[in-house]
Amino acid sequence: MDAKETYASLEKLFPGKVRDFKGDVFEPYCFVEKEAIVEICRFLRTAQSFRFEVLSDLTALDWPKEEKIQMVYHLFSYAHNHQIVLKVDLPRDNPKIATVEEQWKVANWFEREVYDLFGVIFEGHTDLRRIMLPDDWVGFPLRKDYVEQEEYDGISTQRAPLVEKLLR
Amino acid sequence: MTDYAADTGFYAEEMTINVGPQHPSTHGVLRFVVKTDGEMINEAIPDVGYLHRSIEKIGEKVTYHGYVPYTDRADYLAAMFANQAFCMAAEKLGNTEVSRRGEFCRVIACELNRLASHLISVGTFGQDIGAMTPFVHALRERESINNLMEEICGARLTYNYIRIGGVGYDIVPSTMTKIAEFLDHFEPIVEEFNRLLSGNKIFIERLANVAVVSKEDALSYNLVGPNLRGSGIKWDIRRDIPYSVYPELDFEVPVGTAEVGSLGDSFDRFWVRIREMQESVKILRQAMTMIPKGPAISKVPRKFRPPVGEYYARVEAPRGDMGFYVVSDGSEYPYRVRIRTGSYTAMSIIDKLSKGIMVADLIALIGSLDVDAPEIDR
Repeated sequence: MDAKETYASLEKLFPGKVRDFKGDVFEPYCFVEKEAIVEICRFLRTAQSFRFEVLSDLTALDWPKEEKIQMVYHLFSYAHNHQIVLKVDLPRDNPKIATVEEQWKVANWFEREVYDLFGVIFEGHTDLRRIMLPDDWVGFPLRKDYVEQEEYDGISTQRAPLVEKLLR
Repeated sequence: MTDYAADTGFYAEEMTINVGPQHPSTHGVLRFVVKTDGEMINEAIPDVGYLHRSIEKIGEKVTYHGYVPYTDRADYLAAMFANQAFCMAAEKLGNTEVSRRGEFCRVIACELNRLASHLISVGTFGQDIGAMTPFVHALRERESINNLMEEICGARLTYNYIRIGGVGYDIVPSTMTKIAEFLDHFEPIVEEFNRLLSGNKIFIERLANVAVVSKEDALSYNLVGPNLRGSGIKWDIRRDIPYSVYPELDFEVPVGTAEVGSLGDSFDRFWVRIREMQESVKILRQAMTMIPKGPAISKVPRKFRPPVGEYYARVEAPRGDMGFYVVSDGSEYPYRVRIRTGSYTAMSIIDKLSKGIMVADLIALIGSLDVDAPEIDR
């Protein structure tokens, strides 16, 4: 089943909760309302005609101009060899979304990474801690307006240009 | 537990110990906080991030051409695949054609790289659980591959060989001869390796029925590559979402068959890797006879500006499905590069699998999943 048919049945079963299907790109995607992400994921994973058993990738994109953080879910089905990309727009000043950990266990670590690097809060997550960076790190590095802190634990994060270093 | 303490006078309470971050069997810098009851593990919590080099953030600051060398560093044991995945994403976005000879050069370089990576994997796996000799044998063969790689692209580990539109340098006939010679030498070595390690009774007993991954878990935790196939799911990107010239090549996809224990145990994952090496040799021989004449790289503008769009490119790396999700906003720099690696998801299952196994089996488990620390942290 291709992404267009997937979207058509989603539109029928969840009216008003999915929108803006885009089919003329390399990987067709559609937008999902933030409140509906868990039920739509549950449906896509369990329904026999879809069987998206695998969450291939979960990540986010930061769009500061539009004041939003966009969640991107890549769903894949080995049984049917098809995929769909779901996107969810979150407000940039207070990004919060429900966790999909219950549907795919791997979401636990994917969501921790997104929390760590983008600052998205996943409600209902069992273990929402930073994963790559230390717990006391300030800021979310993959946001476009991130400014690196000048030092961490007394260690400078800046490096003098090589020429200056040689002249010293 | 308290009864035991009262009866014997010994304490038997839960103990928390650290494995890593500097421990030879963790294959790089990663740490486990292990809660044990004697030899039995109650919980092993992985702690990663020691090797986080923000490769994804760097991607937003350099041009498409300039980013290729950085992708090498994502997984130093299989740098070729990261090169290829990123270039595939960039080519798709920029609608760039890859020269046909370039595609074959890619396949040859990648399969050689797969051999090298699997040799390290099975070699260190043996070493982790106490067999020192096979490690030396495996490294000897990998050394020959490194020499070949040096002839192909001038580097032994971080290749920067695959470029957008093809490959950096053509593979010359004399190198082709050397690769063919190496393959003739290598095929019997796999048999020797099996006599030495895979068929060894102690080795088998250590791995059979240890850390069994069910099909459901493999899917839910998104295990990929040999770890997924070890659980009996026949899924290989080279076969199922074909890319490059793989559809023209004839090869098998080995899956776990519960050879000595139950389906999806540590031995199955190991055995899939051994058989994949034999398949790689098959692919290499075909690719070397089929390679056409022509340019190794097609014409690509220096200022590479793909139109607005996004693409998630997947390749079958030695550690499984490696994905590069590249978003372009029409400028010279990628808007976002996301690297999804096999080790990251493999690492997340260790927490679950480690419950109730022995400390020594944790080491076997890490080895059998073939996790690679730089690839987890990126």
